[in-house]
Amino acid sequence: MAPEATTAVAVPRPPLVGRLRSLLTLGIVAAVVVVSFRQTDFDLLALFTGAADFWKFFGRLVPPLSEVGTDWGKYLPQLAKPLIETLQIAYVGTFFGTLLAMPLIFLASATTALDPVSMWVARVLLTILRSIPDLLWAAILVPILVVGPLPGAVALSLFSIGVLAKLGSETVEAIDPGPVEALRAAGAGRLATIIYAVVPQVAATMVSYILYVFEINVRASVIIGYVGAGGIGFTLQNRLNFFDYTGVGLIIVVIFAVVLVIDGLSVWARSRLI
Amino acid sequence: MSHIEFREVEVTYKTGLRALKGVNLTIPRGQFLVVVGLSGAGKSTLIRTVNNLVVPSKGSVHVGGVDVTAARGRQLRQARSDIGMIFQTFNLVKRSSVLRNVLSGRLGDVPGWRGVLGAFPREDVAYAHECLARVGIPEKAFVRADALSGGQQQRVGIARALAQKPSVMLADEPVASLDPPTSHAVMSDLKRIAREDGITTIVNLHFIDMAREYADRIIGMRDGLVVFDGTPEEATDKAFEEIYGRPIDREKDLRGA
Repeated sequence: MAPEATTAVAVPRPPLVGRLRSLLTLGIVAAVVVVSFRQTDFDLLALFTGAADFWKFFGRLVPPLSEVGTDWGKYLPQLAKPLIETLQIAYVGTFFGTLLAMPLIFLASATTALDPVSMWVARVLLTILRSIPDLLWAAILVPILVVGPLPGAVALSLFSIGVLAKLGSETVEAIDPGPVEALRAAGAGRLATIIYAVVPQVAATMVSYILYVFEINVRASVIIGYVGAGGIGFTLQNRLNFFDYTGVGLIIVVIFAVVLVIDGLSVWARSRLI
Repeated sequence: MSHIEFREVEVTYKTGLRALKGVNLTIPRGQFLVVVGLSGAGKSTLIRTVNNLVVPSKGSVHVGGVDVTAARGRQLRQARSDIGMIFQTFNLVKRSSVLRNVLSGRLGDVPGWRGVLGAFPREDVAYAHECLARVGIPEKAFVRADALSGGQQQRVGIARALAQKPSVMLADEPVASLDPPTSHAVMSDLKRIAREDGITTIVNLHFIDMAREYADRIIGMRDGLVVFDGTPEEATDKAFEEIYGRPIDREKDLRGA
Protein backbone atom coordinates (compact mmCIF):
# COMPACT_ATOMS: atom_id res chain seq x y z
CA MET A 1 0.00 0.00 0.00
CA ALA A 2 1.30 3.41 -0.91
CA PRO A 3 1.97 5.42 2.27
CA GLU A 4 1.45 8.79 0.57
CA ALA A 5 -2.17 7.82 -0.23
CA THR A 6 -3.09 7.63 3.46
CA THR A 7 -1.62 11.06 4.19
CA ALA A 8 -3.06 12.71 1.07
CA VAL A 9 -6.69 11.56 1.44
CA ALA A 10 -8.55 13.24 4.27
CA VAL A 11 -11.77 11.54 5.36
CA PRO A 12 -14.58 13.93 4.34
CA ARG A 13 -16.78 15.03 7.22
CA PRO A 14 -20.54 15.39 6.75
CA PRO A 15 -21.65 19.00 6.32
CA LEU A 16 -22.17 20.95 9.55
CA VAL A 17 -25.80 21.80 8.70
CA GLY A 18 -26.70 18.09 8.41
CA ARG A 19 -25.11 17.26 11.79
CA LEU A 20 -26.83 20.18 13.51
CA ARG A 21 -30.17 19.12 12.07
CA SER A 22 -29.92 15.56 13.42
CA LEU A 23 -28.89 16.96 16.82
CA LEU A 24 -31.88 19.31 16.80
CA THR A 25 -34.27 16.45 15.87
CA LEU A 26 -32.93 14.34 18.74
CA GLY A 27 -33.36 17.26 21.14
CA ILE A 28 -36.99 17.85 20.10
CA VAL A 29 -37.89 14.15 20.47
CA ALA A 30 -36.31 14.06 23.95
CA ALA A 31 -38.08 17.25 25.02
CA VAL A 32 -41.50 15.95 23.88
CA VAL A 33 -40.95 12.69 25.81
CA VAL A 34 -40.02 14.53 29.02
CA VAL A 35 -42.96 16.95 28.81
CA SER A 36 -45.40 14.10 28.03
CA PHE A 37 -44.16 12.07 31.00
CA ARG A 38 -44.81 14.98 33.33
CA GLN A 39 -48.22 15.86 31.89
CA THR A 40 -49.50 12.28 32.16
CA ASP A 41 -48.01 11.71 35.63
CA PHE A 42 -46.23 8.73 34.16
CA ASP A 43 -44.50 7.15 37.12
CA LEU A 44 -42.20 4.20 36.69
CA LEU A 45 -42.26 3.66 40.46
CA ALA A 46 -46.04 3.16 40.46
CA LEU A 47 -45.60 0.23 38.13
CA PHE A 48 -43.71 -1.54 40.89
CA THR A 49 -45.70 -0.39 43.94
CA GLY A 50 -48.94 -1.22 42.10
CA ALA A 51 -47.69 -4.65 41.15
CA ALA A 52 -49.16 -6.28 44.26
CA ASP A 53 -52.69 -5.02 43.45
CA PHE A 54 -52.22 -6.11 39.88
CA TRP A 55 -51.43 -9.69 40.87
CA LYS A 56 -54.34 -9.73 43.35
CA PHE A 57 -56.78 -8.70 40.58
CA PHE A 58 -55.16 -11.06 38.14
CA GLY A 59 -55.63 -13.89 40.64
CA ARG A 60 -59.37 -13.23 40.83
CA LEU A 61 -59.70 -13.65 37.05
CA VAL A 62 -58.78 -17.32 37.31
CA PRO A 63 -60.99 -19.71 39.28
CA PRO A 64 -59.32 -22.11 41.78
CA LEU A 65 -57.65 -24.93 39.89
CA SER A 66 -60.10 -27.52 41.22
CA GLU A 67 -63.03 -25.50 39.83
CA VAL A 68 -61.59 -24.55 36.41
CA GLY A 69 -63.40 -27.46 34.76
CA THR A 70 -66.81 -26.71 36.27
CA ASP A 71 -66.63 -22.88 36.27
CA TRP A 72 -64.98 -22.16 32.88
CA GLY A 73 -66.20 -25.40 31.33
CA LYS A 74 -69.80 -24.45 31.99
CA TYR A 75 -69.40 -20.83 30.86
CA LEU A 76 -67.40 -21.48 27.66
CA PRO A 77 -70.33 -22.68 25.45
CA GLN A 78 -72.27 -19.53 26.33
CA LEU A 79 -69.48 -17.44 24.79
CA ALA A 80 -69.80 -19.06 21.36
CA LYS A 81 -72.72 -16.88 20.28
CA PRO A 82 -71.26 -13.44 21.19
CA LEU A 83 -67.87 -14.54 19.84
CA ILE A 84 -69.33 -15.49 16.47
CA GLU A 85 -71.25 -12.21 16.52
CA THR A 86 -67.96 -10.33 17.01
CA LEU A 87 -66.40 -12.07 14.01
CA GLN A 88 -69.53 -11.39 11.96
CA ILE A 89 -69.43 -7.69 12.85
CA ALA A 90 -65.80 -7.57 11.71
CA TYR A 91 -66.63 -9.53 8.55
CA VAL A 92 -69.65 -7.44 7.57
CA GLY A 93 -67.75 -4.23 8.40
CA THR A 94 -64.81 -5.25 6.21
CA PHE A 95 -67.12 -6.42 3.40
CA PHE A 96 -69.15 -3.22 3.10
CA GLY A 97 -66.08 -1.10 3.80
CA THR A 98 -64.34 -2.75 0.84
CA LEU A 99 -67.37 -2.43 -1.43
CA LEU A 100 -67.83 1.27 -0.72
CA ALA A 101 -64.09 1.98 -0.83
CA MET A 102 -63.80 0.69 -4.43
CA PRO A 103 -65.21 3.74 -6.27
CA LEU A 104 -63.48 6.11 -3.83
CA ILE A 105 -60.07 4.51 -4.54
CA PHE A 106 -60.27 5.54 -8.18
CA LEU A 107 -61.92 8.92 -7.52
CA ALA A 108 -59.22 9.88 -5.00
CA SER A 109 -56.22 8.71 -7.02
CA ALA A 110 -54.53 11.22 -9.30
CA THR A 111 -53.98 8.47 -11.89
CA THR A 112 -57.68 7.70 -12.35
CA ALA A 113 -59.56 10.75 -11.00
CA LEU A 114 -62.31 12.28 -13.13
CA ASP A 115 -61.28 15.88 -12.46
CA PRO A 116 -59.41 17.85 -9.76
CA VAL A 117 -62.62 18.89 -7.97
CA SER A 118 -64.11 15.41 -7.43
CA MET A 119 -60.65 14.13 -6.49
CA TRP A 120 -60.37 16.79 -3.81
CA VAL A 121 -63.89 16.07 -2.51
CA ALA A 122 -63.13 12.33 -2.30
CA ARG A 123 -59.87 12.96 -0.45
CA VAL A 124 -61.48 15.29 2.08
CA LEU A 125 -64.24 12.73 2.67
CA LEU A 126 -61.65 10.01 3.28
CA THR A 127 -59.70 12.21 5.68
CA ILE A 128 -62.87 12.85 7.68
CA LEU A 129 -63.74 9.13 7.75
CA ARG A 130 -60.27 8.22 8.99
CA SER A 131 -59.94 11.03 11.53
CA ILE A 132 -62.95 9.73 13.50
CA PRO A 133 -61.85 6.58 15.42
CA ASP A 134 -64.07 3.50 15.11
CA LEU A 135 -64.84 3.63 18.85
CA LEU A 136 -66.25 7.13 18.41
CA TRP A 137 -68.28 6.03 15.35
CA ALA A 138 -69.77 3.24 17.47
CA ALA A 139 -70.56 5.60 20.34
CA ILE A 140 -72.34 7.95 17.90
CA LEU A 141 -74.19 5.14 16.12
CA VAL A 142 -75.40 3.07 19.10
CA PRO A 143 -78.00 5.65 20.20
CA ILE A 144 -79.13 6.09 16.58
CA LEU A 145 -79.30 2.43 15.53
CA VAL A 146 -80.14 0.82 18.91
CA VAL A 147 -77.80 -1.37 20.97
CA GLY A 148 -76.62 -4.46 19.09
CA PRO A 149 -74.36 -5.64 16.30
CA LEU A 150 -75.76 -3.27 13.61
CA PRO A 151 -74.10 -0.03 14.84
CA GLY A 152 -70.88 -2.03 15.30
CA ALA A 153 -70.86 -3.24 11.71
CA VAL A 154 -71.69 0.24 10.39
CA ALA A 155 -68.96 1.84 12.53
CA LEU A 156 -66.35 -0.62 11.24
CA SER A 157 -67.55 -0.14 7.62
CA LEU A 158 -67.08 3.62 7.86
CA PHE A 159 -63.60 3.32 9.31
CA SER A 160 -62.63 0.59 6.81
CA ILE A 161 -63.70 2.77 3.87
CA GLY A 162 -61.37 5.52 5.05
CA VAL A 163 -58.38 3.23 5.53
CA LEU A 164 -58.83 1.04 2.43
CA ALA A 165 -59.56 3.90 0.04
CA LYS A 166 -56.53 5.82 1.30
CA LEU A 167 -54.17 2.83 0.98
CA GLY A 168 -55.80 1.84 -2.33
CA SER A 169 -55.51 5.23 -3.98
CA GLU A 170 -51.84 5.42 -2.98
CA THR A 171 -51.28 1.97 -4.49
CA VAL A 172 -52.99 3.07 -7.71
CA GLU A 173 -50.75 6.13 -7.91
CA ALA A 174 -47.66 3.90 -7.71
CA ILE A 175 -48.53 1.61 -10.66
CA ASP A 176 -46.67 1.47 -13.96
CA PRO A 177 -48.51 4.11 -16.05
CA GLY A 178 -47.44 2.48 -19.34
CA PRO A 179 -50.43 0.13 -19.75
CA VAL A 180 -52.81 2.99 -18.92
CA GLU A 181 -51.27 5.10 -21.69
CA ALA A 182 -51.45 2.13 -24.07
CA LEU A 183 -55.19 1.63 -23.49
CA ARG A 184 -55.91 5.35 -23.75
CA ALA A 185 -54.07 5.28 -27.06
CA ALA A 186 -56.26 2.35 -28.16
CA GLY A 187 -59.41 4.40 -27.54
CA ALA A 188 -60.57 2.42 -24.48
CA GLY A 189 -63.09 4.10 -22.15
CA ARG A 190 -62.24 5.24 -18.64
CA LEU A 191 -63.87 2.31 -16.81
CA ALA A 192 -62.42 -0.27 -19.21
CA THR A 193 -58.96 1.30 -18.79
CA ILE A 194 -59.26 0.96 -15.00
CA ILE A 195 -60.42 -2.65 -15.22
CA TYR A 196 -57.82 -3.78 -17.75
CA ALA A 197 -54.75 -1.68 -16.94
CA VAL A 198 -55.07 -0.65 -13.27
CA VAL A 199 -56.92 -3.43 -11.42
CA PRO A 200 -54.55 -6.28 -12.40
CA GLN A 201 -51.63 -4.21 -11.13
CA VAL A 202 -53.14 -3.51 -7.70
CA ALA A 203 -55.34 -6.57 -7.04
CA ALA A 204 -52.84 -8.63 -5.00
CA THR A 205 -51.81 -5.67 -2.85
CA MET A 206 -55.45 -4.72 -2.28
CA VAL A 207 -56.44 -8.23 -1.14
CA SER A 208 -53.55 -8.08 1.28
CA TYR A 209 -54.77 -4.73 2.64
CA ILE A 210 -58.33 -6.07 2.96
CA LEU A 211 -57.09 -9.02 5.05
CA TYR A 212 -55.09 -6.62 7.19
CA VAL A 213 -58.14 -4.40 7.74
CA PHE A 214 -60.13 -7.52 8.68
CA GLU A 215 -57.48 -8.31 11.32
CA ILE A 216 -57.79 -4.78 12.71
CA ASN A 217 -61.59 -5.00 12.61
CA VAL A 218 -61.66 -8.24 14.65
CA ARG A 219 -59.76 -6.49 17.44
CA ALA A 220 -61.77 -3.28 17.03
CA SER A 221 -65.11 -5.13 17.14
CA VAL A 222 -64.21 -6.47 20.60
CA ILE A 223 -63.57 -2.93 21.81
CA ILE A 224 -66.60 -1.26 20.24
CA GLY A 225 -68.80 -3.97 21.78
CA TYR A 226 -67.93 -2.29 25.03
CA VAL A 227 -70.00 0.80 24.12
CA GLY A 228 -73.01 -1.35 23.25
CA ALA A 229 -72.26 -2.35 19.70
CA GLY A 230 -72.79 -6.07 20.25
CA GLY A 231 -70.45 -9.02 20.23
CA ILE A 232 -68.17 -10.35 22.93
CA GLY A 233 -67.10 -6.85 24.02
CA PHE A 234 -70.68 -6.29 25.13
CA THR A 235 -70.59 -9.56 27.11
CA LEU A 236 -67.28 -8.52 28.67
CA GLN A 237 -68.73 -5.25 29.91
CA ASN A 238 -71.74 -7.11 31.22
CA ARG A 239 -69.58 -9.56 33.24
CA LEU A 240 -67.51 -6.70 34.68
CA ASN A 241 -70.70 -4.94 35.85
CA PHE A 242 -71.71 -8.11 37.71
CA PHE A 243 -68.22 -8.46 39.25
CA ASP A 244 -67.99 -11.89 37.58
CA TYR A 245 -64.21 -11.86 37.44
CA THR A 246 -63.67 -15.49 36.46
CA GLY A 247 -66.10 -14.89 33.57
CA VAL A 248 -64.03 -11.85 32.56
CA GLY A 249 -60.89 -14.00 32.79
CA LEU A 250 -62.29 -16.63 30.44
CA ILE A 251 -63.42 -13.97 27.93
CA ILE A 252 -59.91 -12.48 27.90
CA VAL A 253 -58.38 -15.90 27.25
CA VAL A 254 -60.87 -16.64 24.46
CA ILE A 255 -60.39 -13.25 22.78
CA PHE A 256 -56.63 -13.69 22.98
CA ALA A 257 -56.85 -17.12 21.35
CA VAL A 258 -59.20 -16.01 18.55
CA VAL A 259 -57.24 -12.85 17.70
CA LEU A 260 -54.06 -14.91 17.61
CA VAL A 261 -55.59 -17.45 15.21
CA ILE A 262 -57.09 -14.79 12.90
CA ASP A 263 -53.82 -12.84 12.84
CA GLY A 264 -51.89 -16.01 12.04
CA LEU A 265 -54.25 -16.99 9.22
CA SER A 266 -54.22 -13.49 7.78
CA VAL A 267 -50.42 -13.20 7.89
CA TRP A 268 -50.16 -16.60 6.21
CA ALA A 269 -52.68 -15.66 3.50
CA ARG A 270 -50.96 -12.34 2.83
CA SER A 271 -47.53 -13.93 2.59
CA ARG A 272 -48.86 -16.17 -0.15
CA LEU A 273 -50.23 -13.22 -2.13
CA ILE A 274 -47.20 -11.10 -2.85
CA MET B 1 -53.15 10.52 -51.27
CA SER B 2 -52.44 12.20 -48.01
CA HIS B 3 -53.36 10.21 -44.92
CA ILE B 4 -51.74 12.08 -42.04
CA GLU B 5 -51.16 15.82 -42.08
CA PHE B 6 -49.33 17.99 -39.54
CA ARG B 7 -50.21 21.67 -39.88
CA GLU B 8 -47.93 24.14 -38.07
CA VAL B 9 -47.83 21.87 -35.01
CA GLU B 10 -46.29 23.41 -31.90
CA VAL B 11 -46.07 21.83 -28.46
CA THR B 12 -45.01 23.71 -25.34
CA TYR B 13 -45.07 21.65 -22.13
CA LYS B 14 -46.16 23.06 -18.76
CA THR B 15 -42.49 23.14 -17.78
CA GLY B 16 -41.97 25.72 -20.53
CA LEU B 17 -40.10 23.25 -22.73
CA ARG B 18 -40.83 23.85 -26.42
CA ALA B 19 -40.81 20.29 -27.79
CA LEU B 20 -42.17 21.08 -31.26
CA LYS B 21 -41.63 24.46 -32.92
CA GLY B 22 -43.92 24.36 -35.95
CA VAL B 23 -43.94 21.06 -37.83
CA ASN B 24 -45.51 20.63 -41.29
CA LEU B 25 -45.66 17.12 -42.71
CA THR B 26 -47.80 15.23 -45.16
CA ILE B 27 -47.69 11.43 -45.03
CA PRO B 28 -49.31 9.47 -47.87
CA ARG B 29 -51.42 6.37 -47.18
CA GLY B 30 -49.38 3.20 -46.66
CA GLN B 31 -46.03 4.93 -46.22
CA PHE B 32 -43.50 3.49 -43.74
CA LEU B 33 -41.98 6.62 -42.23
CA VAL B 34 -39.00 6.54 -39.89
CA VAL B 35 -38.28 9.55 -37.68
CA VAL B 36 -34.69 9.94 -36.49
CA GLY B 37 -33.04 12.37 -34.10
CA LEU B 38 -31.28 12.53 -30.75
CA SER B 39 -33.31 12.00 -27.61
CA GLY B 40 -34.98 15.28 -26.76
CA ALA B 41 -35.34 16.27 -30.41
CA GLY B 42 -39.15 15.94 -30.22
CA LYS B 43 -39.70 12.50 -31.82
CA SER B 44 -41.88 11.11 -29.01
CA THR B 45 -43.88 14.32 -28.81
CA LEU B 46 -44.44 14.33 -32.57
CA ILE B 47 -45.75 10.76 -32.60
CA ARG B 48 -48.06 11.41 -29.64
CA THR B 49 -49.78 14.34 -31.30
CA VAL B 50 -51.13 11.91 -33.91
CA ASN B 51 -53.40 10.17 -31.37
CA ASN B 52 -53.71 13.26 -29.17
CA LEU B 53 -51.89 11.74 -26.17
CA VAL B 54 -50.02 15.03 -26.39
CA VAL B 55 -52.25 17.98 -27.27
CA PRO B 56 -50.61 20.56 -29.57
CA SER B 57 -50.49 24.09 -28.18
CA LYS B 58 -50.85 25.42 -31.72
CA GLY B 59 -51.68 23.93 -35.10
CA SER B 60 -53.46 20.64 -35.76
CA VAL B 61 -52.99 17.05 -36.87
CA HIS B 62 -55.40 15.44 -39.34
CA VAL B 63 -55.77 11.69 -39.85
CA GLY B 64 -57.86 10.54 -42.81
CA GLY B 65 -59.42 14.01 -43.00
CA VAL B 66 -60.41 14.05 -39.29
CA ASP B 67 -58.99 16.82 -37.11
CA VAL B 68 -57.65 14.68 -34.23
CA THR B 69 -56.45 17.73 -32.32
CA ALA B 70 -59.98 19.11 -32.04
CA ALA B 71 -61.63 15.73 -31.35
CA ARG B 72 -63.01 15.15 -27.85
CA GLY B 73 -64.85 12.37 -26.00
CA ARG B 74 -66.44 9.73 -28.17
CA GLN B 75 -65.07 11.21 -31.39
CA LEU B 76 -61.51 11.11 -30.02
CA ARG B 77 -61.92 7.51 -28.83
CA GLN B 78 -63.12 6.57 -32.31
CA ALA B 79 -60.14 8.28 -33.92
CA ARG B 80 -57.76 6.56 -31.49
CA SER B 81 -59.21 3.11 -32.06
CA ASP B 82 -58.13 3.50 -35.72
CA ILE B 83 -54.53 4.27 -34.63
CA GLY B 84 -52.43 1.46 -33.15
CA MET B 85 -49.44 2.27 -30.97
CA ILE B 86 -46.45 0.30 -29.71
CA PHE B 87 -43.98 1.45 -27.09
CA GLN B 88 -40.32 1.17 -26.13
CA THR B 89 -41.21 -0.52 -22.83
CA PHE B 90 -44.05 -2.55 -24.44
CA ASN B 91 -46.59 -1.26 -21.87
CA LEU B 92 -48.27 -4.63 -21.42
CA VAL B 93 -50.23 -5.49 -18.29
CA LYS B 94 -47.65 -7.93 -16.94
CA ARG B 95 -49.94 -9.83 -14.60
CA SER B 96 -52.57 -10.47 -17.28
CA SER B 97 -52.51 -13.19 -19.90
CA VAL B 98 -51.19 -12.49 -23.38
CA LEU B 99 -54.67 -13.01 -24.85
CA ARG B 100 -56.24 -10.51 -22.44
CA ASN B 101 -53.55 -7.99 -23.39
CA VAL B 102 -54.28 -8.47 -27.10
CA LEU B 103 -58.05 -8.33 -26.52
CA SER B 104 -57.65 -5.01 -24.72
CA GLY B 105 -56.82 -3.61 -28.17
CA ARG B 106 -60.50 -4.23 -29.04
CA LEU B 107 -61.74 -2.02 -26.16
CA GLY B 108 -62.04 1.04 -28.38
CA ASP B 109 -64.46 -0.74 -30.73
CA VAL B 110 -66.63 -3.02 -28.60
CA PRO B 111 -69.57 -1.58 -26.63
CA GLY B 112 -68.54 -0.38 -23.16
CA TRP B 113 -70.43 -3.07 -21.20
CA ARG B 114 -68.75 -5.86 -23.17
CA GLY B 115 -65.33 -4.50 -22.30
CA VAL B 116 -66.20 -4.03 -18.62
CA LEU B 117 -67.59 -7.57 -18.31
CA GLY B 118 -64.87 -9.07 -20.51
CA ALA B 119 -67.64 -10.43 -22.77
CA PHE B 120 -65.88 -10.01 -26.10
CA PRO B 121 -67.75 -11.26 -29.20
CA ARG B 122 -66.54 -14.66 -30.38
CA GLU B 123 -65.13 -13.22 -33.60
CA ASP B 124 -63.05 -10.71 -31.61
CA VAL B 125 -61.47 -13.51 -29.57
CA ALA B 126 -60.77 -15.42 -32.77
CA TYR B 127 -59.24 -12.28 -34.29
CA ALA B 128 -57.00 -11.80 -31.23
CA HIS B 129 -55.66 -15.33 -31.73
CA GLU B 130 -55.14 -14.54 -35.43
CA CYS B 131 -53.11 -11.43 -34.51
CA LEU B 132 -50.90 -13.52 -32.24
CA ALA B 133 -50.38 -16.00 -35.08
CA ARG B 134 -49.36 -13.17 -37.41
CA VAL B 135 -46.57 -12.07 -35.05
CA GLY B 136 -45.46 -15.69 -34.70
CA ILE B 137 -46.46 -16.55 -31.12
CA PRO B 138 -49.90 -18.27 -31.37
CA GLU B 139 -48.93 -20.73 -28.61
CA LYS B 140 -48.42 -17.97 -26.00
CA ALA B 141 -52.09 -16.88 -25.75
CA PHE B 142 -52.70 -18.21 -22.23
CA VAL B 143 -49.27 -17.40 -20.79
CA ARG B 144 -48.87 -14.47 -18.42
CA ALA B 145 -47.26 -11.51 -20.22
CA ASP B 146 -44.37 -11.21 -17.74
CA ALA B 147 -43.30 -14.78 -18.53
CA LEU B 148 -42.26 -13.76 -22.07
CA SER B 149 -38.90 -12.52 -23.36
CA GLY B 150 -38.52 -8.88 -24.43
CA GLY B 151 -38.90 -9.71 -28.12
CA GLN B 152 -42.01 -11.78 -27.46
CA GLN B 153 -43.48 -9.01 -25.31
CA GLN B 154 -43.01 -6.48 -28.12
CA ARG B 155 -44.74 -8.94 -30.47
CA VAL B 156 -47.69 -8.99 -28.06
CA GLY B 157 -47.56 -5.19 -28.22
CA ILE B 158 -47.80 -5.35 -32.00
CA ALA B 159 -50.63 -7.93 -31.79
CA ARG B 160 -52.54 -5.66 -29.38
CA ALA B 161 -52.20 -2.75 -31.82
CA LEU B 162 -53.19 -5.01 -34.74
CA ALA B 163 -56.31 -6.14 -32.87
CA GLN B 164 -57.56 -2.57 -33.31
CA LYS B 165 -57.63 -3.17 -37.10
CA PRO B 166 -55.87 0.19 -37.45
CA SER B 167 -55.14 2.21 -40.56
CA VAL B 168 -52.28 3.99 -38.78
CA MET B 169 -49.52 2.46 -36.64
CA LEU B 170 -47.31 4.53 -34.30
CA ALA B 171 -44.14 2.99 -32.89
CA ASP B 172 -42.15 4.93 -30.29
CA GLU B 173 -38.60 3.50 -30.18
CA PRO B 174 -40.02 -0.04 -30.53
CA VAL B 175 -36.65 -1.82 -30.46
CA ALA B 176 -34.59 0.33 -28.09
CA SER B 177 -35.00 -2.21 -25.26
CA LEU B 178 -34.12 -5.23 -27.45
CA ASP B 179 -30.85 -6.85 -28.55
CA PRO B 180 -29.72 -6.41 -32.20
CA PRO B 181 -30.99 -9.71 -33.71
CA THR B 182 -34.36 -9.38 -31.94
CA SER B 183 -34.56 -5.73 -33.04
CA HIS B 184 -34.28 -6.77 -36.67
CA ALA B 185 -36.83 -9.56 -36.28
CA VAL B 186 -39.36 -7.18 -34.69
CA MET B 187 -38.75 -4.45 -37.30
CA SER B 188 -39.22 -6.90 -40.19
CA ASP B 189 -42.48 -8.14 -38.62
CA LEU B 190 -43.67 -4.56 -38.30
CA LYS B 191 -42.72 -3.72 -41.89
CA ARG B 192 -44.24 -6.93 -43.31
CA ILE B 193 -47.57 -6.39 -41.55
CA ALA B 194 -47.67 -2.72 -42.54
CA ARG B 195 -47.16 -3.77 -46.18
CA GLU B 196 -49.74 -6.56 -46.08
CA ASP B 197 -52.45 -4.42 -44.49
CA GLY B 198 -51.50 -1.12 -46.12
CA ILE B 199 -51.03 0.52 -42.70
CA THR B 200 -49.49 3.99 -42.62
CA THR B 201 -46.67 3.68 -40.09
CA ILE B 202 -44.56 6.20 -38.16
CA VAL B 203 -41.57 4.70 -36.32
CA ASN B 204 -39.18 6.59 -34.06
CA LEU B 205 -35.73 5.10 -34.31
CA HIS B 206 -32.31 6.11 -33.19
CA PHE B 207 -30.20 3.69 -35.22
CA ILE B 208 -29.03 4.95 -38.61
CA ASP B 209 -28.58 1.56 -40.26
CA MET B 210 -32.04 0.34 -39.23
CA ALA B 211 -33.66 3.55 -40.43
CA ARG B 212 -32.06 3.09 -43.85
CA GLU B 213 -32.97 -0.57 -44.02
CA TYR B 214 -36.69 -0.35 -43.24
CA ALA B 215 -37.87 3.17 -44.13
CA ASP B 216 -39.71 4.28 -47.26
CA ARG B 217 -38.91 7.79 -46.15
CA ILE B 218 -36.77 9.29 -43.40
CA ILE B 219 -37.52 12.43 -41.39
CA GLY B 220 -34.75 13.98 -39.30
CA MET B 221 -35.59 16.06 -36.25
CA ARG B 222 -33.46 18.39 -34.21
CA ASP B 223 -34.57 20.74 -31.45
CA GLY B 224 -38.28 20.50 -32.25
CA LEU B 225 -37.96 21.04 -36.00
CA VAL B 226 -37.87 18.82 -39.08
CA VAL B 227 -34.36 19.31 -40.48
CA PHE B 228 -34.26 16.46 -42.97
CA ASP B 229 -36.87 14.87 -45.23
CA GLY B 230 -35.80 12.39 -47.87
CA THR B 231 -35.42 8.83 -49.12
CA PRO B 232 -33.11 6.31 -47.41
CA GLU B 233 -30.66 6.83 -50.29
CA GLU B 234 -30.55 10.55 -49.62
CA ALA B 235 -29.94 9.96 -45.89
CA THR B 236 -26.16 9.79 -46.18
CA ASP B 237 -23.74 9.74 -43.25
CA LYS B 238 -23.26 13.45 -43.85
CA ALA B 239 -27.03 14.04 -43.65
CA PHE B 240 -27.16 12.16 -40.32
CA GLU B 241 -24.26 14.17 -38.95
CA GLU B 242 -26.25 17.28 -39.70
CA ILE B 243 -29.38 15.88 -38.02
CA TYR B 244 -27.46 14.80 -34.92
CA GLY B 245 -25.29 17.92 -34.93
CA ARG B 246 -22.18 15.79 -34.28
CA PRO B 247 -20.06 13.07 -35.98
CA ILE B 248 -21.60 9.59 -36.19
CA ASP B 249 -20.71 7.37 -33.25
CA ARG B 250 -20.35 3.77 -34.55
CA GLU B 251 -21.09 2.38 -31.08
CA LYS B 252 -24.19 4.41 -30.28
CA ASP B 253 -25.76 5.17 -33.65
CA LEU B 254 -25.50 1.80 -35.41
CA ARG B 255 -27.38 -1.31 -34.38
CA GLY B 256 -25.73 -3.83 -36.74
CA ALA B 257 -27.22 -7.31 -36.98
